[in-house]
Amino acid sequence: MSEREEETVARPEQQAAAAAHLTPAGTPLVETPADTAAGEVVLRLTDVVKTFPGVRALDGVQLEVRAGEVHCLLGQNGAGKSTLIKVLAGVHRPDSGLVEWRGRPATFANPQAAMRAGIATIYQELDLVEDLSVAENAFLGHEPRRLGFVRRGAMARLTRQILGRLGHAEIPPGRMVRALPAAGKQIVSMARALSHEARLIIMDEPSAVLAHDEVGNLFRIIRELTAQGIAVIYISHRLEEIREIGDRVTVLKDGRTTAANLPARDTPTRDLVSRMTGRTIEYVFPDRPAGAADGAQLLTVEGLTRAGEFADVSLDVRAGEIVGIAGLVGSGRSELLETIYGARRAEAGSVRMAGRALRPGSVGAAVRAGMGMAPEERKSQALLLGEPIYRNVTLATFARYARAGFTDAGRERAEADRIAESLELRPRDVRRPVRTLSGGNQQKVVVGRWLLGDTRLLLLDEPTRGVDVGARAELYQVIRGLAARGVGVLLVSSEVPEVLGLADRVLVMREGRVVREAPAGELDENTVLDLVMAGSLMEGAAA
Amino acid sequence: MSEPLTPTATPERAAQLPAQSPPVDPTETAGAVHKTSAPGRISWWRGEGGEGARRNLGLVGVLVVLVVIGALTRSDLYSNPDWVWDNVLSILKLAAVVGVVTVGMTFVIIGGGIDLSVGAIVALAGVWCTTVATQSYGAGGMIFSALTVGLAVGLVNGLLISYGRLVPFIATLAMLVAARGLAAEISDKQTQVSENGFINGLASNSLLGIPLLVYILAAVVAAGWVLLNRTTFGRRTVAVGGNPEAARLAGINVKRHTVLLYALSGLCCGIAAIMLTAQANSAQAAMANLYELDAIAAAIIGGTLLSGGRGTIIGSLLGVVIFATITNLFAINGLSTEAQNMVKGGIIVAAVLVQQVQFRSLTQFLGRNRLTT
Repeated sequence: MSEREEETVARPEQQAAAAAHLTPAGTPLVETPADTAAGEVVLRLTDVVKTFPGVRALDGVQLEVRAGEVHCLLGQNGAGKSTLIKVLAGVHRPDSGLVEWRGRPATFANPQAAMRAGIATIYQELDLVEDLSVAENAFLGHEPRRLGFVRRGAMARLTRQILGRLGHAEIPPGRMVRALPAAGKQIVSMARALSHEARLIIMDEPSAVLAHDEVGNLFRIIRELTAQGIAVIYISHRLEEIREIGDRVTVLKDGRTTAANLPARDTPTRDLVSRMTGRTIEYVFPDRPAGAADGAQLLTVEGLTRAGEFADVSLDVRAGEIVGIAGLVGSGRSELLETIYGARRAEAGSVRMAGRALRPGSVGAAVRAGMGMAPEERKSQALLLGEPIYRNVTLATFARYARAGFTDAGRERAEADRIAESLELRPRDVRRPVRTLSGGNQQKVVVGRWLLGDTRLLLLDEPTRGVDVGARAELYQVIRGLAARGVGVLLVSSEVPEVLGLADRVLVMREGRVVREAPAGELDENTVLDLVMAGSLMEGAAA
Repeated sequence: MSEPLTPTATPERAAQLPAQSPPVDPTETAGAVHKTSAPGRISWWRGEGGEGARRNLGLVGVLVVLVVIGALTRSDLYSNPDWVWDNVLSILKLAAVVGVVTVGMTFVIIGGGIDLSVGAIVALAGVWCTTVATQSYGAGGMIFSALTVGLAVGLVNGLLISYGRLVPFIATLAMLVAARGLAAEISDKQTQVSENGFINGLASNSLLGIPLLVYILAAVVAAGWVLLNRTTFGRRTVAVGGNPEAARLAGINVKRHTVLLYALSGLCCGIAAIMLTAQANSAQAAMANLYELDAIAAAIIGGTLLSGGRGTIIGSLLGVVIFATITNLFAINGLSTEAQNMVKGGIIVAAVLVQQVQFRSLTQFLGRNRLTT
């Protein structure tokens, strides 16, 4: 039936392949000298599968981590890294497959169980209590106690010991976490991991919150941890970091392991990137009509800046053109979109619609000028979940159908019905609450909202996040159809193939700046990915 | 190229869509098309739209139980139809003033806020409109000043919350203290006697056997219902309370609307101030004490979500009437107000607990039915 089902049938062979250290595709894996040098295997994952409604987040993951090594996980957004971490941290339980922890099969019922077993996770958004002290955070939930009273002295002493092990004896255990800089908070997170006697520490993009010179210090700490026999799973998008700190690399793509145990230092960048790219699921993108760039100038952004988010961004969108922005989370792309829309106020620069400057920081002005936006977080930023579908569709336009302030529910339902029909909304009954819809259909409601009224420019932030494959293709059709009718589209996505497949012109953002702009036809996935991740070896090819 | 986007053009799109969709695992599609998507129309009762109606019917049930208790404990009184009618009117009269305040409160809570200053605003507006200077302008001047004072104080609340970014709880708590202080200052802590025959007549006179105060309540409730359910103002209120970020990104001016909500609550307090002044033939700084709690409790019992985004005017009205009926029940049985307050507290907790349990089990029950049919 689908490609996916054939793959399921093929699973036994895959298992054999995995056992022989082959990728599912059959490419032999590179064995590394480090493989034998490091300590015994502490963690082994075999064919781990985890599905969510509509999404197969993990689709056969193999992973092997040895004591005292830094094992890097590499993969694009949506490759399944976050889900994998959550399986290891006890947040999710795998549907099938084997997790062996220190030689025994293990399932962690909850995060506490994983902690007790010795697996600590340091998430990107550090989960510290800002208004407790360093010591209280380090021992949160397992404070040294006597007769129900916390032994504050003992706790402070133990914390000082741990901080000493981390090479940061200068941090006072009594200091409020709020008063620490980001790097200090990260140290506290690690201290918490050590307070649990962790044997494996998972670090999810730890360098993302750090300034450049602080990363060196982080690496020093990681080396000290591994010298004590602790294993580290290190996740980062920055290849140069992986080269510096990593021992071995496992690459994930579309929820499965495409390469395991590559040597971190010697594997050519080209190999790593090629194993991350290419899709097993091919999305169907609508044809790109010729002459999309001939429309009238619609949106003109000049020198837009918000400190710490993005700087000096200039771009333009023509009527009937789809412009895509590729970039990682944290590259400033969502913030840029929200600033153009007036949801954030620019510190410098201007936004013009058809030549007329928009009042900064005013969504109302942007909407009146013909802008519409489908924000990144559907549920928290776009929908009234308890309200009927039609009221969500007409949220931006109900006042237009009103007479003297009185709403016209019949007209609203009729308009929403028409949108529901043209977008193939399922179920079709627009009086149902929007919360009963699947992610893809909810996204159609959000996009459909701007099909009413006279939207001339649509800003789309991650329009297909959490949307299943079928609905994706439909959304692509809808977006291309809008452009064909003269609507300008500015699209942000972390999925490079989506940007390349859908957009006419592509901007690549990294660390708040546009680093490249080109027609989509002139870029390929590897080039964009390399630009996005600031790789070094392929810069010649990209320029 | 830049032709305006017309919805009429969209049906063409529909035809292209299915053909180009890639093959999808059938089990996935079943998950995407939600389980609740039983074909055909869903009745108002079973549908999610009937949620408010179901709740309100439950409240009517509570009211019936209270009346039955009254009839059982004082069967001597209930055997006289004239007394029963008079008693109904006195319950409604009792509910009138708090009822008007509750309508405004319901809007504020649905809009995601809370207004603790309503009692204080009633007192300030009442005292203001009964000062000698104001009374010299006659009934029109008194009504105008009460409404203006209520509206103005509400505006200040709204501005502090929207543009001063104060938490509603704090802003209106401060206003509660300040407005009562100002009321005491204006009245010099004296009771202001209302000598205006028209105003005082609002409480003592009837039309077609029904007290004028009950008409005022009915008018405010009707206006509130229309405003919430049939106007753009009502839609904005639900949007702003249900998901302020979504409302903002849809182009709704959330701040301005929030100001208007508190102004509306203040206006309702101004109306209530005239009614209360009429009932007592006077006003003083201590009047309408703890009305904020009665109004919030009534709204919550009536099914208004304290976190905003959901609530009904009818539910709030039923909440107020239930409270008035309990008071009346204790009065006709000659019981103390202390006992009455304890029971009221219990009723608030019970009502919310019952609603939660009842609602949960009801939806589960309906959900199961929907799956099997």
